[in-house]
Amino acid sequence: MELEAAKMIGAGLAAIALAGAGIGIGIIFGNYLSGAMRNPSAAQKQFPNLLLGFALAEATGLFGLVVALIILFAF
Amino acid sequence: MATNPMHQFQVYKLGPEIKIAGIDLSFTNASLFMLLSAATICGLLFLGTKEKKIIPGKFQLISEIFYNFIAKMISDTAGSKAKPYFPFIFSLFMFVLFCNMLGMLPYSFTVTSHIIVTLLMAIFIFVAVTVIGFLKHGFGYLKLFVPSGVPAVLLPLITVIEIISYLSRPVSLSVRLFANMMAGHTMLKVFGGFVISLGVLGGWLPLSFSVALTGLEILVAFLQAYVFAILTCIYLNDALNLHH
Repeated sequence: MELEAAKMIGAGLAAIALAGAGIGIGIIFGNYLSGAMRNPSAAQKQFPNLLLGFALAEATGLFGLVVALIILFAF
Repeated sequence: MATNPMHQFQVYKLGPEIKIAGIDLSFTNASLFMLLSAATICGLLFLGTKEKKIIPGKFQLISEIFYNFIAKMISDTAGSKAKPYFPFIFSLFMFVLFCNMLGMLPYSFTVTSHIIVTLLMAIFIFVAVTVIGFLKHGFGYLKLFVPSGVPAVLLPLITVIEIISYLSRPVSLSVRLFANMMAGHTMLKVFGGFVISLGVLGGWLPLSFSVALTGLEILVAFLQAYVFAILTCIYLNDALNLHH
């Protein structure tokens, strides 16, 4: 296989990691909403934790994106 | 694609080349934007604290909001023992926030989209937290790697995992900020390229996406500065209040 083609395929495979980030962010916001609907008075206090969880979940997906970009541009 | 979406991250020299002892110390666009964000922070806080009124003006209000936000974050996550580290975390948060926000202006340069900048900050935090932990607790700080209440069979495995997770802190802290900034700005450029290549007839859809993404990126710029600061607080909390 051509090296260029293999790089493209590898970068595409590495970007699949973002699917996990999407699932994680969905779970975080979904669970926050269902918790906030049950107990609205406690929701405001947990908002920073929501943002923290969102950023942590998004970051793991972005690690995969960084791998894809390294394959494409650094090699 | 019309233009390379990675072109925006290029560092180039402004002015003459300065070399001291073989190290290139030239003034680049990255240094310009670091100086700009530092100057913006200093100007904002100077204007905010120039005349201290009971009913605050615009600048004083903004400065007080920033101050209260960070003070509350530190006392919530790291307790009252972390009060002496307030200036450090405050300047860290403000610097990252203003670098991210200045990077959102068109034709500007995002300092935090370069891993060397974020890695330097993360390594500084990592070394500082480790030194603080050993100064406060001596060799008792190593108890951080041996959590209590774990069965003796699992203890060697857990200890190894804890040590690896401790050592990977600077990497995860820096790559999180860098990757978010770089991915966001690349995405904006790619959508901008779609607008150009689809032309007047089809370009409206990516243009509206682009507007929405700019809003998301401003949120992410704030959020990543917040996460960077709050993770520093969490690490400080481990070093200051050692009990598992």
